[in-house]
Amino acid sequence: MKIGVKVMPRKEILDTQGRAVEGILKQHGQKLEHCTVGKYIILDIPETDPKAALAAAKSMAETVLYNPLIETFELEQI
Amino acid sequence: MMKRKCGIVRFPGTNCDRDVFQAVEMVGAEPVWLWHADQFIAKEYDSIFLPGGFSYGDYLRSGALASRAPVMKSVREAAERGIPVLGICNGFQILTEAQLLPGSLIRNNHLRFNDDWVGLKFQNTNRFFAGALRKGTNAKLPVAHGDGRYFVEDDELKRLQDKGQIWLTYEQNPNGSINDIAGVMNEKGNVAALMPHPERAMTEWMGGVDGFKFFEGDLT
Repeated sequence: MKIGVKVMPRKEILDTQGRAVEGILKQHGQKLEHCTVGKYIILDIPETDPKAALAAAKSMAETVLYNPLIETFELEQI
Repeated sequence: MMKRKCGIVRFPGTNCDRDVFQAVEMVGAEPVWLWHADQFIAKEYDSIFLPGGFSYGDYLRSGALASRAPVMKSVREAAERGIPVLGICNGFQILTEAQLLPGSLIRNNHLRFNDDWVGLKFQNTNRFFAGALRKGTNAKLPVAHGDGRYFVEDDELKRLQDKGQIWLTYEQNPNGSINDIAGVMNEKGNVAALMPHPERAMTEWMGGVDGFKFFEGDLT
């Protein structure tokens, strides 16, 4: 079963990558308020029960996929 | 005789700019800084250099943001006018992102940063840069890159081979580049790029002088 992990920088933390991308988009005349850049990680987990797969993904996220000090994560079944 | 005027583009995060500046001076040409946020009058330049580094922190993809910076409008105009444009390392990544050269440069297959001297072979002659180093010649230059693995789809690779756009190949592939490709050029040859750093091989004390020829201009 595949679980998607969306990792985003916390709002309090300056997202330099998002700010750089936002700058270029604005230079090109694109209208936007704000841009944030994060990561999307797909885990293929050998589980058939969604609950078990999500629990495993949460454990993996906490092991290495995100840093709670500067990032947040969300899980979704895909 | 008027000195050749060579524009050197600087982005935030470019770090080989001063080396390229000196290399241009060493061959007797006139280096001129070009700033990423400004445009320039293309026809005033004899050649344009995009040096290596980590422009815009390699955010999004290496070269992605730099390739959309204001200065690139002028670089594109220069390329269209037939003015020689050379991309080195991150400059290569920027030119592919700008679609002035085909392909993409992706993470090295072994995931490590390459910092070494490599043997190269000229697969085709480029008269605008290193024209003295003809097809079949060998050269030795340093590489320093994390995203140096050249990638193109098969049909595009065949087109590059047929049109003689593969400029340089590695003797020993250091990064997993398709067909050992280290440098390519456009059809006219005036836009060319390579992952190795010719500006770091200008004198014997640097470890080699094969880089010198890349800055001498059209000698044909």
